[in-house]
Amino acid sequence: MADPGAAPVVRFDRVSRRFGDVLAVDDVSLEVRQGEFFSMLGPSGSGKTTCLRLIAGFDRPDRGRIELNGRPVADLPPYERDVNTVFQDYALFPHMTVGENVGYGPRIRGVPRREREARVTEMLDLVRLPGVVDRRPSQLSGGQRQRVALARALVNRPRVLLLDEPLGALDLKLRQQMQGELKSIQERLGITFVHVTHDQEEALAMSDRLAVLHQGRVEQVGTPVEIYERPATAFVADFVGISNLLEGAAARALRGSEEPFTIRPEKIRILDAGAPTPAGEIAAVGRVHDVAYLGSHTRYVVAVDAGATLTVIEQNRDAVPRDVQGARGRRVLLAWPREQARPVREPG
Amino acid sequence: MSPRRHPSARAVSTYLFLRPRLALLLLLAPPLLWLGVVYLGSLLALVVQSFFHLDGFTGQVVRRFTLLTYRDLLAPANLDIALRTVVMAAAVTLAAAILAFPVAYYMARYAPPRVRALLTLGVLLPLWSSYLVRVYSWKLILAKEGIVSWFAWRGGLGPLLDAVLSLPVVGGPSLSVSPIGTFLTFVYVWLPYMILPIEAALERVPRTLLEASDDLGASPAQTFRRVILPLAFPGLVAGSIFTFSLTLGDFIVPGTLGNSSLFIGQAVLAHQGTAGNIPLAAAFTLIPMTIMAAWLLAAKRLGAFDAL
Repeated sequence: MADPGAAPVVRFDRVSRRFGDVLAVDDVSLEVRQGEFFSMLGPSGSGKTTCLRLIAGFDRPDRGRIELNGRPVADLPPYERDVNTVFQDYALFPHMTVGENVGYGPRIRGVPRREREARVTEMLDLVRLPGVVDRRPSQLSGGQRQRVALARALVNRPRVLLLDEPLGALDLKLRQQMQGELKSIQERLGITFVHVTHDQEEALAMSDRLAVLHQGRVEQVGTPVEIYERPATAFVADFVGISNLLEGAAARALRGSEEPFTIRPEKIRILDAGAPTPAGEIAAVGRVHDVAYLGSHTRYVVAVDAGATLTVIEQNRDAVPRDVQGARGRRVLLAWPREQARPVREPG
Repeated sequence: MSPRRHPSARAVSTYLFLRPRLALLLLLAPPLLWLGVVYLGSLLALVVQSFFHLDGFTGQVVRRFTLLTYRDLLAPANLDIALRTVVMAAAVTLAAAILAFPVAYYMARYAPPRVRALLTLGVLLPLWSSYLVRVYSWKLILAKEGIVSWFAWRGGLGPLLDAVLSLPVVGGPSLSVSPIGTFLTFVYVWLPYMILPIEAALERVPRTLLEASDDLGASPAQTFRRVILPLAFPGLVAGSIFTFSLTLGDFIVPGTLGNSSLFIGQAVLAHQGTAGNIPLAAAFTLIPMTIMAAWLLAAKRLGAFDAL
């Protein structure tokens, strides 16, 4: 597990990178700690992959300073950095066997054949892919290639492993299985993982900490619980999970201030329209506009009289009435604990 | 509503739609006939001819199986011709590969689309003008009073040029009548055939493969040797097939720019035209074919086609 007191393995100090008119990375400062699973989460074009490429050394910052293990790396080419990458397209060498792919790093470093072969076997066992040493990448499935890419990147025992959307090309079941495996490999080896993804669930499930990026800027850095429960900006609230954003007159009517705030759909309870406002809670009267039955939960869209539309999610813990849709058009009282309404910074 | 078609056209379409194999057969029949009859057939005729023999007294071809023609082929004078041609073809191929690789690499990796289009045009442009015109231009360029020698003497390199020309075997009275001149012209005329296949091969190498190699600790030189070169190898082989076989069969360049020693192409021309010895001409052409087949097998052994 990450040790918060340890020196950062990766440090960005006011780093910017511009491509033509686009500021891909805009004044980013962040620290990745020794041994942690750190994710960079953001939509496409948020600059997360550029950040990864800056760490790997495939690209250089226009401004700012990047340190690896406390050393500035401005003039260090990729092949001299103690960092390895799992590429999004896996980038396996098509003219080499699986064994030669995994053994590429040690071979370049002049590790003798015997030891090299032992390490290749060890790594393929670690990623649970034994018996494919002599196959070509083209003979493997997507999931198997992914494991080979992981083994190849880990065989050098880098200080930091970079993962660029590593699970993006896999189907849902395999993706969830690999999430667990990646996490356990990371804990077993104690290597710092820096992981780039646009999948918020993946980031929440695997990370010790994550940074949410938007238009080249860091919106928030924190643990999954901090990011989800206390989003700092409207963007974070909206991008990570589903969220209701209230601002202006509606915010004033409900919370007594025009400061924008967010409320998560599952924190809202639906009560009968005539019910009294529970103590310490914010309540709003409205009409159910839409009902979607989604199996494990039901999603309601409620038009609130204060002038906003709120999404509410109710777990279907009890028996669900046959006519779920009957709630449509009904007047209801929505209520949520005051502290669950999270004020957010104005969108930047 | 289905679109209106003539009923008989519709019947044919439906008939073929339901019989995809027949449709494929109809599609492939013309090219297969062409390749089978015209190409393979003439090749076979060539091989058969090489086992006939020219009767020295009557001047008639004796159409009976014999190895006499191959005995003639192995005469020292003919082996000389074959060796000279093969060495020239190998040298031309090597030089073309060395010159072509950086150009192809730049085109595939770095050139912005516009520059790349211009470069492709530049590579192909010489092929628009007649090959004969270009070969004769080189004769003028390399002549004793030509531009190369003029610049060499002006620039104080005249003695160097003379020294090069006085080399045994490859030298001669002037560049235009020496093996060096033949070599330079060959490299010029066949270079596009080397650049384009290498470029096509390099273009198919994803950038991330090179980054992965960098990432795993390989220096640029190691990445070149272990990743770029092996993946460009099929292109190099394809290019070498062009440059090698084109040089092996050519009779115009050595006839125009060389000294009087013959190349295979010239020998074939002389035997089948002037001397009427078609069997020997046929036997001669089997030399390049054998060499190309051997080279392709060797390339396959080296793994040139593993990543295809």
